[in-house]
Amino acid sequence: MDSRSSDTITGPRSEDVLPTTATSAVKVVIVGGFGVGKTTMVGSVSEIRPLTTEETMTQAGVGVDDNSGVESKTATTVAMDFGRISISDQLVLYLFGTPGQERFWFLWNGLFEGALGAVVLVDTRRLEVSFDVIGRLEERGVPFVVAVNTFPDAPSHPVEALRTALDLPDEVPMVDCDARLRASSRDVLLTLMRYLHSLALPA
Amino acid sequence: MTPPRRERRLPGADVGDPERLYVITGGPDGAKRASLDLVTMIVAREAPSPTVPPEQAAILRLCGAPLSVAELSAYLSLPFSVVTALLTDLLTLDLVESRAPVARASLPDRSLLEAVMHGLQKL
Repeated sequence: MDSRSSDTITGPRSEDVLPTTATSAVKVVIVGGFGVGKTTMVGSVSEIRPLTTEETMTQAGVGVDDNSGVESKTATTVAMDFGRISISDQLVLYLFGTPGQERFWFLWNGLFEGALGAVVLVDTRRLEVSFDVIGRLEERGVPFVVAVNTFPDAPSHPVEALRTALDLPDEVPMVDCDARLRASSRDVLLTLMRYLHSLALPA
Repeated sequence: MTPPRRERRLPGADVGDPERLYVITGGPDGAKRASLDLVTMIVAREAPSPTVPPEQAAILRLCGAPLSVAELSAYLSLPFSVVTALLTDLLTLDLVESRAPVARASLPDRSLLEAVMHGLQKL
């Protein structure tokens, strides 16, 4: 009848199970402010329903408040959505959407370490949110492209004005996209791969 | 209309990453945790035996086919750091194997990027 044994854990749906030949994985990080469309982009290209992984830290760990003398500690949970694209029977690409606040990035052990590159998703209504993100990526030497998610009511700036505003070097690609559309999000990823390819030295 | 403008960050302005306030060690003597990435692929070597603790048994059941550490964390609803600690035990006991991700080397590998582009074009 009612079995109470350990089946509260739901694994991948049968169609989401990877072949046993899937031996290598690569990752790309999609980074931007809240509400800019990171999860939408992950969801539109992912072959699996986007999943969420969480990490917890105490508030004191954030370095914002001095909690000395405070009896109760509050824990902050930071969530990150991710999706997956099977590139071949052997190779799997994972896409992580992470919030722009850099103070949380340390939680994800080596999130940017070893990542092929990053997509900075930009909302022209809140361009400032991207400044810090871009600065951090530059400091870490993570190659990135900038994708401008087109919202209907967003101010339309000419690409060159945006490039100047973001203080982007000429070689960093900038593209418009609609994160809701699979083809558009895929094209952003292709732009990143082509850019990375151009950075690689000829074999 | 002129958009706002980014100011370059000053070198040295970085205050550094805050320390995590808790640490889960891999053993009583503070043995080191295995070096696992969010996209390290995990595969079970055997089915769980009755002696395996429930959390680890759940991992073994989920990893009949390859699964990334991030996916394990999501399906188990456990933080990444906790899953890493559990996996360290399983790796020590040889109950799972891990496949390290293909990292971006200082110079990206063109053939790898071409494979990814080819895969994306099929979407």
